[in-house]
Amino acid sequence: MSAAAVTARRWAPPLVGFGSVLVILAVVEVLIRIGAINHYIVPLPSEVATSLVRVIFEEDILHRFLITAWECLAAGALLTVFGVAAGIAFHQARLLRLACENWVAAMASAPLVLAYPLFLVLFGRSALTIIMMSFLVGLPPVILKTIEGLSATRRVLINVGRSFKLTPAQQFWKILFPSALPTIFVGIRLGLMFALINVVAVEFLINFGGLGQLINDLAERYDLPGVYAAICFVVLISVVFFVLTERTERWLRSAA
Amino acid sequence: MAEIGRLARAPQAWPWRTSVTLLRAAIVLAALLSWQMLAVSGLLYRDVVPPLPEVGVALVTLLSKRDFYWNLWFTIDEIAIGLVLGGVAGLVAGLVIGSSQFIAKAFEPYLYYLGPTPKIIFFPVMIMWFGAGAGSKIAMGAASCFFPIALSVAAGMRQIDVVLIKVGLSFRANPWQMATKIYLPAMRQPVINGLRLGLGVALIGTLLAETKISNRGLGFVVIDAYNAFNMPRLYAILIVLFVLAIGANALITRLGGLDEIKQK
Repeated sequence: MSAAAVTARRWAPPLVGFGSVLVILAVVEVLIRIGAINHYIVPLPSEVATSLVRVIFEEDILHRFLITAWECLAAGALLTVFGVAAGIAFHQARLLRLACENWVAAMASAPLVLAYPLFLVLFGRSALTIIMMSFLVGLPPVILKTIEGLSATRRVLINVGRSFKLTPAQQFWKILFPSALPTIFVGIRLGLMFALINVVAVEFLINFGGLGQLINDLAERYDLPGVYAAICFVVLISVVFFVLTERTERWLRSAA
Repeated sequence: MAEIGRLARAPQAWPWRTSVTLLRAAIVLAALLSWQMLAVSGLLYRDVVPPLPEVGVALVTLLSKRDFYWNLWFTIDEIAIGLVLGGVAGLVAGLVIGSSQFIAKAFEPYLYYLGPTPKIIFFPVMIMWFGAGAGSKIAMGAASCFFPIALSVAAGMRQIDVVLIKVGLSFRANPWQMATKIYLPAMRQPVINGLRLGLGVALIGTLLAETKISNRGLGFVVIDAYNAFNMPRLYAILIVLFVLAIGANALITRLGGLDEIKQK
């Protein structure tokens, strides 16, 4: 196969994918212009694109982005510290793990974010509500993945530690924890994703804070192209965040 | 992500069993006791942590009123329709993506990266498209569950053992037989797991939308209790919601035989 053919094979699928998105947008643009789709329900894609620039400059989006990022970071720090600590505790105390691991798994399947009105009462309409809510929602995956990582340490490694007569503390810090680190990071990544989703969601719902509130604001002002543009911006941010954490995870796995 | 939230039965050896049960009982008891002490201590504002009997009374009142079941039915209806719409669309999208490498490379990244974005921000758009009534909530549920189901089905298609497909082909199975005898049974686990994840996010999408704008459904009951600052009722409805969601999740896991497959 020639070099050109290899390049073509590699780039054809993403080009077709991206091309299809452009074609769909163009079709929507045409349908709106000829009046088949109501202009007051779906704004012109071209209008949304120009609104994106407007929203970025006029709505102080950098400031809002920083608020959201800060809330995510705070929730992320909390769930890393408490989630990993709880996971280690569960792993070390077998009885506790047998008693509670299923509870944590059940917690992961409960719609915890529905408790946001309760958090509003407890912490007020403030950043603390958003942070605590996102922390709670992101917690179960971190705990479960920490337990999973620690329990999956290879028997050989543990035996090596034993043959070196490592103390329990050394055994933990030199053998168990490093071997579990990639899996723990998977948990933290999941927790951070849940945290980001919930930070934006709660901001939107309680109309407070950063990017989530911006969407609510624009919707209440009936600035339709603005709403679409802001949604695109938030989707873009979460995709970038997702890709970054995924790269870090892959890098950690290859380093381990 | 698939493993998170799956209820696995912990392996229990006999000597642990009684002490595990004892520890569980002790934890629950300690939690309830500290709750009650916090409630009567007066450290927090009144009603933020209401005494247990009040929450109990609120729970009984909530469950004995007919309008709770009316709202519950309304929400179940929305979630079910959303799950069917999003599920069928996800199944079709997953089958198409899973059947061809080219299509997967072209379109799967969009699903993969759009999946973990916060869906609730699309709610203002859904209201514009489908109205402030049940339509926008159903759309939220459908949009939420579409992604995990499509991705699970696509991944499920790819993990089918080639030997199974060859067996089907060598028996000259027609496409319908191939689908029902080979593909679907071989994909049972990822499809059911996708459904389980889909139900979880559809539930959240629908209920959150109900707390934002609605006049019925369980999400409305939650926000109504908040607006009336009826804390016992708020706790009661949240307890009921969590129990229902965890129960539905466990039911799908059990019916789909996910724990049996996992143990093999």
